[in-house]
Order: sequence, then structure tokens, then C-alpha cells
Amino acid sequence: MHLNNNITLYCTIVKNVVYKNEVPVFENRDADLPAFLLSVYQHFELSYPKFYKMDNLSKLGWLASEVLLKNNAIKDYQPEEVGLILSNANASLDSDQKYIKTVSDIPSPALFVYTLPNIMTGEICIRNNFKGEDAFFIFEKFDPGFIESYVNNLLNNNILSACICGWVDVLGDDYKAVLFLVEKGKEENSIPLSKKNLDSIFENLIIDKV
Amino acid sequence: MLAVYVVADNIYSPLGATTAQNFEQVKQGISGIKKHHNLTLADEPVYASLFNSNEISNHNQLKYSLFESLLIASIEAVLGESRISATDTKTLLIVSSTKGNISMLETNADDPDLKDRIALHTSARLVAEHFGFVNKPLVVSNACISGIMAILTGARLIQSGQYENVVVVGADVISKFVLSGFQSFQAISAEPCKPFDENRTGITLGEAAATMILSSNPKYTDSIKVLGGAVSNDANHISAPSRTGVELAQAIERTLSIAGLLPDDIDLVSAHGTATSYNDEMEAKAIALAGLDKVPTNSLKGYYGHTLGAAGLIESIISIQSLKQNLILPTLGFEKMGVSNPINVCTTLTSKRLKTCLKTASGFGGCNAAIVFSK
Repeated sequence: MHLNNNITLYCTIVKNVVYKNEVPVFENRDADLPAFLLSVYQHFELSYPKFYKMDNLSKLGWLASEVLLKNNAIKDYQPEEVGLILSNANASLDSDQKYIKTVSDIPSPALFVYTLPNIMTGEICIRNNFKGEDAFFIFEKFDPGFIESYVNNLLNNNILSACICGWVDVLGDDYKAVLFLVEKGKEENSIPLSKKNLDSIFENLIIDKV
Repeated sequence: MLAVYVVADNIYSPLGATTAQNFEQVKQGISGIKKHHNLTLADEPVYASLFNSNEISNHNQLKYSLFESLLIASIEAVLGESRISATDTKTLLIVSSTKGNISMLETNADDPDLKDRIALHTSARLVAEHFGFVNKPLVVSNACISGIMAILTGARLIQSGQYENVVVVGADVISKFVLSGFQSFQAISAEPCKPFDENRTGITLGEAAATMILSSNPKYTDSIKVLGGAVSNDANHISAPSRTGVELAQAIERTLSIAGLLPDDIDLVSAHGTATSYNDEMEAKAIALAGLDKVPTNSLKGYYGHTLGAAGLIESIISIQSLKQNLILPTLGFEKMGVSNPINVCTTLTSKRLKTCLKTASGFGGCNAAIVFSK
């Protein structure tokens, strides 16, 4: 049993600021959500044409995963060893509202495909060739206790070797993304996977690294 | 690891209000799929398996949506008989759905409270409160593998010792939102769906709810067991399945490995079999890659249509009945092999000693799931 699963990297995107491991790495205070997401894409010099057709939920989650994994050796794992356990409150309601407006005229397949929250998971898997287990859970609020126990279970039972987990929620201009990379080994500056540490990072508090 | 037993189950569908009623209908080759001309769904007539609105028992429209009423009706039909207590701190409720209350976007005024009323966590809370579940319910929404994922999640939470009992419930309602979306993909069949058939032309949708109650309590030793399951992602396309089937095959192989089984140990495969050209082709490849191409395989979509968040539960429950009654059900709608990698599609009601069944599903987002049940 590996009981020393660790948060080795984390990324938060909230209130038009991008944080990598608590350090603000980009901000664009005055933009609306679509413009802000585009500015993040451009700032980090990402080149991925599929980005432009994604809905806002997928764009947000995908950008958070890009910033999370930038300059990281995650590709050393086999595709089947990496998975995603994601959650939010509003599922795909942001895109559901946009899709329903097209129904009375010509229903849009390009919008309908984004009316499931785990499409975001698929976008991140396609980009990184992650083929391990994925799951999407709906909670009223971020549930660090559930994430801790569920991800520990996946890693301790060798279902995954690395897991990207967390919260990505979008509804209109309200949004928040917090992604954690959890691995079995301990890296320099890694933080033990615990309810308290997940919650502290989610709330953007100073982390107790002890 | 702790054994996980299937203590009790229910299917609440247009074919009946209990598992027994449903199995009897399916055994007789009766399908819930009919031609409906309902202008709130679509301008043109469409084949689907739908409830008559007066069929839902205890449908308190003021308090509960149709979706929530289905969840409640299905749980209510089986919870008492199971003698599992909702109010026990060792009991958890898991809800599986793809779209929940989404039809409220069509029927309700767009006010600030609507987003919370639509939210799946709200439905889960209302259902949990109705029965007095003390633990906060868990909601799985992972496209068409939601039902299997919910059972697998429940089994794991029991095996890890966090809960002794899990009530897994799933449902989806067919509204204009869902139907028009699949139509926009040209994915809806103009006739009842024909899984794995050479003349298949797409999906038929269906609505239903289903409940499966799991427990590690040793008093259920004689019940069917959940031996394990696995989930994988194609990492290929957000709406089209893998071209090779390798990733579903990996989920199947991992499931067999976790269960300590070989392909020869599987007596029955309950496939996803949506009757789209691409899904059935991919699935047949995966079943063959996993060494299961000679194993009797069926799809139950010809009886229920694709019931989305309930599908994995309904098809698992019917397959468990097959194990109990040693009876393999035919694939309604299938006539002639229509996949390039032939598999053993069941075509007649067959009596055979059965011990172990594999259930699979795949969905949008590139997700695949497999789970195995055994006597």
C-alpha cells in the first residue's frame, strides 16, 4: 500500500488570475470569460487548433491542465496509468443553455456535443493521450474528503499511477478551476494528499506543508 | 478484499414496475419501443420507449420533477424488500444520470433559482431526504457509462470499508433537448434500433429508472456478486468511438484481471450495442480483442432503447436475472451480422447454465467501462 500519495503540482484559475502552485503566473482583470480564456491560451503560447471549437467549460479545464502540466514529466507514464477524477456543481449547464436556444431553429450538433461535463475530460485525454480511468461527479460544493479517499483508493490499488483531480465549473461569467496532480512518489515541494491540503489549495490559503 | 453482493434490484420502465415484470416481458420478446407523435418532443413521429405521463406512481409534481419521481419510484419499489436501512450511517445513495432535470430549460421560467433546481445535486438531495438517507448522496454524470460507473463506484466504496450498503439509482427522461441533440447528429434510427445488424441505422432512445442495492453484509452470501470493473478513455475523439476498440478491450481485460477470471470464464456478454454504425463496429472489435468473440453476446437496446444514465443499471439487472434463471436473451432487432469482426450475437432465447456475466458500455467523451457479475 502506498500511503504517501502526494499532490505534486496544482493550478488554480479564478477571478481572471492563473496560479501555478500558488504563484500567480498570469492575470487579465478586465476581460469577460471568453476573452480571458483566449488571453490565457495566447499568453502561454499554446498551439492547439481544437481549443477554438471547445465550449467554455472545456476551454477552462483544458487550460488549467496545460498550465498544470507545463514543463512536467507526466509523459513518462504509460497512457493507461494516468486518469482524471473531476467534479463540479453545474455539470454542462453553461452549454446546455446555449444549445437549447438553437433547438427551435436548427439544433446545433457542435453545441450538443458539449452538453456533457465529461467532454472536458475527453479533451484533456485527447491532448495528452491519457487512457486511464476517468470519472465525473456532481457536488454542490467542492468535496475534498471525497477526492482524497477516491484518489487514494485508485492509486493504492494500482488502478492509476498518476491522477489529475479537482473541480472545473462554469456558468455564465462565474467560474473556477482547481486541478491537482496526485502521484505516488514524493517530489521536492510535494504536499501530502489530504482533505485539509486539498481544501486549503482550493480556498487559496497558505499551505501547511508539514 | 470484501465481497460485494447485489442484494436487491428494480427496473422501473415502460415494460413494468419491477425487475420480475420487466424480465417476463423481455423474455417474451416484448419491446417498450413504440412510434410516438408527441409535439413536445418533435414535429415528426419518432420511435422511442416512453412512459405515459400517468404511469409514474406518486408523481407529486409540486415537489418532484418527473426525473426525481422516477428515481423515487424505483428506490421505493425495492428498498423495503431489501431490508437495508436508508437511515443507517453505513448506507450511501449514488445517483446516475446524464441530463437529470434538463427539460426544465424547456418548461420553466428562466429565473435565478433555475440553475439550482436543474442541478443534479439538488435532485440527489431531494431523493435522499425523501427516504431519510443520512449521508450526503454521490452523483455520477459520465455520459453513457454513468450507470456502470455508479455500480463500480458503489462497489469500491464498500470494498474500501467506507460504507456497508450502497443504493445505486439511475434515470433519464427523454425530452426535446435530448432527442433533438441526437437527431442533430443524425444518430436516431427511423425504425426501432437493430443492434449489430447489417441494416442498423442508429439509436432509439428510451426512458426508465433502475436501482441496484449493494452490500458487504455476509448474510447475503448467496446473492450475485460484483467481482470488479474498470474504466478507460479512448483519447481519440469527443463524440466518435475508437477506431480500433483497443481501449474498451483494455477495460475488459483489466476487469477480468481484477476479478481473477479468464475470457473462457465469461458465459455472457451484455454489450452496449446502441445500433449506431460506429459504436457496434468498435465494440465488436473490442470484444474480439479481449478474446470474447465466441461468448454469447446480446444488446438489450431493442427492448428499452438507449436509456442513457439508467442503461448500465437496467442492462446489468436484466443480465443478473439471466444468470439466476440460466437464460440467455436474444438481441431484439438483430437479423444479420453487420460488424466486420463477427461476434456471437444471441438470436434466440436459450437455456444454458450461466455463472458469470460481463457488462460493457462506451460513451461520449471517449469513455469505456466494464463490470463483471457472478453467482
